[in-house]
Amino acid sequence: MPLTRRHFIRKLAVATLALAASALRMPTALAFWKAEEFAPGTLDATLAKLVPQQAITNSDQITLTIPQIAENGAVVPVSVSTTLAEVKSISLLVEKNPVPLAIRFELSPDVEATVSARIKMAETANVIALVETANGYFRTKAQVKVTIGGCGG
Amino acid sequence: MTSIRIRSKLIDGKTQLRILITHPMEHGRNRDKLTNELIPAHFIQELTISRNQKPLINCVMAAGISKDPYFSFMLKGGAVGDSITIAWLDNFGNRDIAEHTVS
Repeated sequence: MPLTRRHFIRKLAVATLALAASALRMPTALAFWKAEEFAPGTLDATLAKLVPQQAITNSDQITLTIPQIAENGAVVPVSVSTTLAEVKSISLLVEKNPVPLAIRFELSPDVEATVSARIKMAETANVIALVETANGYFRTKAQVKVTIGGCGG
Repeated sequence: MTSIRIRSKLIDGKTQLRILITHPMEHGRNRDKLTNELIPAHFIQELTISRNQKPLINCVMAAGISKDPYFSFMLKGGAVGDSITIAWLDNFGNRDIAEHTVS
């Protein structure tokens, strides 16, 4: 079929629409922030929302690197890495924060299961790294002693 | 001026990404020191990282992340010239996007 002007314009329109649709899909492809996951409450209440039936296995295949004593609770550096296979997401939770869930990283298979961030801690508490894999949920925890709380910002 | 600073480094065939974002990350319980009024919660909710237009990492977060958030990631593979796009959205609906080329 010869490429007439009409066909060319039609093709151009289709391509433009496809491009626009993919561009529009970019924000919606975001991991949709859910208020219920970040609701103030206890750690158990938050875990109940994140993990169906709270079926979480303690694992030694997760490495949580965090200072034992945090001088400033407003900035606590954390690194999580895991040798577990097929990691879908890594979440960081702080037991005694008003909002226990700090962050959830949803990782594609093109990303190593290693993440770092800086979190706030209101007081001395356990920090939990929750790893979601294709085979279920795994966690490890570490206690961090906070000498100055993160409430003052 | 962009609020996002990106550093990348190719290490053993992987791409290390370090990201620093300027944002107050207020959780809504702090008070203004002068007026004693509550400072409204203002924090980044979503962060996406894409390489060559392919989304690789989605993050959802709240004010449990420190002011001026810092993140680092390790991407599998990568080459000089890869385009890294980072975008965030906060609870006020503000957003910012930054592009970076791996060199």
